Amino acid sequence: MSARIAIENLSAGYGKTPVLHNVSLSISKGEMVGLLGPNGSGKTTLLMSLSGVRKPLEGSVSLNGTNLLQIPPKKRAAQVASVPQYTGETPDIEALSLVLMGRYPYISALGGYSDHDKKIALSCMQETATYDFAYRSARDLSGGEFQRVLIARALAQQAKTILLDEATSGLDIARTIEIFDLLKQRHNNGTTVVAAIHDINLAALYCTRLVFLKQGHVILDGTVDDVFTDENLTTIYDTPIHTFKHPVTHAPQAFFTPGSAAAFNRHSTGE
Amino acid sequence: MTGTADIAQRRFKRSVFFAGITAVACVVSAVLASAYGPLDISLQQTLDTLVHHIFTGIQGVETTNSIVVWEIRFSRIILSLLIGSGLAVAGTVFQGILRNPLADPFTIGVSSGAAFGASVAIFFGFSGTVPYLAGLGIVPFAALTGALLALGAVITLGSMGGQLKRDALVLAGVVVATFLAALISLVKSLDEDSVASIVFWIMGSLQGRTWQHVQLILPWYAIGMAIIWRFSRELDILSLGETQAQQLGMNASRVRLWLLVGASMITGASVAVSGVIGFVGLVVPHLVRLVQGGEHRPLLVSSAFIGGLLLLWSDVLARTILPEGAELPVGVVTALLGGPFFCLLLHRTMKRSSR
Repeated sequence: MSARIAIENLSAGYGKTPVLHNVSLSISKGEMVGLLGPNGSGKTTLLMSLSGVRKPLEGSVSLNGTNLLQIPPKKRAAQVASVPQYTGETPDIEALSLVLMGRYPYISALGGYSDHDKKIALSCMQETATYDFAYRSARDLSGGEFQRVLIARALAQQAKTILLDEATSGLDIARTIEIFDLLKQRHNNGTTVVAAIHDINLAALYCTRLVFLKQGHVILDGTVDDVFTDENLTTIYDTPIHTFKHPVTHAPQAFFTPGSAAAFNRHSTGE
Repeated sequence: MTGTADIAQRRFKRSVFFAGITAVACVVSAVLASAYGPLDISLQQTLDTLVHHIFTGIQGVETTNSIVVWEIRFSRIILSLLIGSGLAVAGTVFQGILRNPLADPFTIGVSSGAAFGASVAIFFGFSGTVPYLAGLGIVPFAALTGALLALGAVITLGSMGGQLKRDALVLAGVVVATFLAALISLVKSLDEDSVASIVFWIMGSLQGRTWQHVQLILPWYAIGMAIIWRFSRELDILSLGETQAQQLGMNASRVRLWLLVGASMITGASVAVSGVIGFVGLVVPHLVRLVQGGEHRPLLVSSAFIGGLLLLWSDVLARTILPEGAELPVGVVTALLGGPFFCLLLHRTMKRSSR
């Protein structure tokens, strides 16, 4: 399988200060990659670099062999869709209008959104269970509903790669599972998914590959079964972690012990 | 599922209805306001004169009354509609691209540029005419030049590495506006004789404006509006922020530049003929947003009509409220109306968001 996304020696960050240091990754067509790591480890910066929003300080990101910076914005958005983090800031715009924005890469300079675009938008809203409030203002939606609208927008972009930045953080368990089932289904149809996920167990349940970042470096990269181990997780999160098999899917799941983080820190610093 | 389509249709009908009502109100107001003034002219005669001029266009025998209605009142009314709608639309655009609810057409320094240009012209006592549109005097042209130069300065200062960022734009605008305000003060302090005319000009007025002023503003207004309408869809996307706009495939910097130029053309031309008329561009977009949400296409249309109406009636007040034909500057009227109204609006919005 050829690499769809190739990241080579990438350093990126805000201003001149790099958050990511010398990251190299190759993501193939049809992978479902979970980006994991503590807060501030560079997950968001990496996703921003993959969507072409943050320009590399050094190194490069290429898509199907073409440097991302050389792809015109609309063409890029037709290939890579992004679902942003929930910030609590919602615009006073109808949900359907937000989803239609996903068709922006496909409209001409003077033409508007066609009936075809509208049909695609509405079918994406049906998939994400947002159809019923298509004509409500996003301001009147709950956080979970709003995030599902943004996911519908990303689906409407019909891109072969979808990037998610903790996109389900505002959602309850049932909605989270629904969204990930949907992503999994897209993934099975050949879409590449790269998702920063806070919940490591969720990542282990759905992803085919896990990439751990810490302080801007890739410290672990491999299949779920290879990297999702007691030692690895304990080292990365500075907390004793035990893994067991999920009773149904047999994917590894992590368990924490209350109060152990502080004890572990005292222990590991030699007190 | 049919319920959703129904809502869509009802929504659409409602915004068309709203736009229709306000458009009709503009036409009716224009006629009514033409009949209103110190010289007593009947509504029937006013209507006859307007119909005669608009539909037949033949210059028949002009009576004093028909000259007053057509040359003095109606030209001024059309100008107030143009400037009011222009400022409201420009305000909507500035609030959108700067993502700042307190932005208005004057935040970015373009109007200060115009005011400075006019001050310089007044200071040097220019009274000559320009071949094009002779009779306007040089002040509007100096103001327009000042506005365009200020816009150039803001764009130059605000773009870093070829990118027009929102924060840099706000800062550049404020810096340019402040600097120009200082220059205007300098001009005023150099020549006491011109202080009164400069101050009066800056306060904003439509007194004595004619069809030639309409001619001056019209091309800028038309081109500016066309640019804004072309990028109105992008305005919605831009309101989600730079990152999302880029992820949706939009060249945010380029779009912002076009919108800035379009809105500044309208603002610059408006200020050039009328001076600085405040509050229309700040209050009207807020009011309309409260009624019909933040989607920019309907917002722009309704803001244009409401802005036109607001300035039209403010100007009627300005020219009739004082006895014996004395006039208030219309900028004072809009500020007096707009200030308390804006407080009310702010109070309601805050109450809504704290719920």
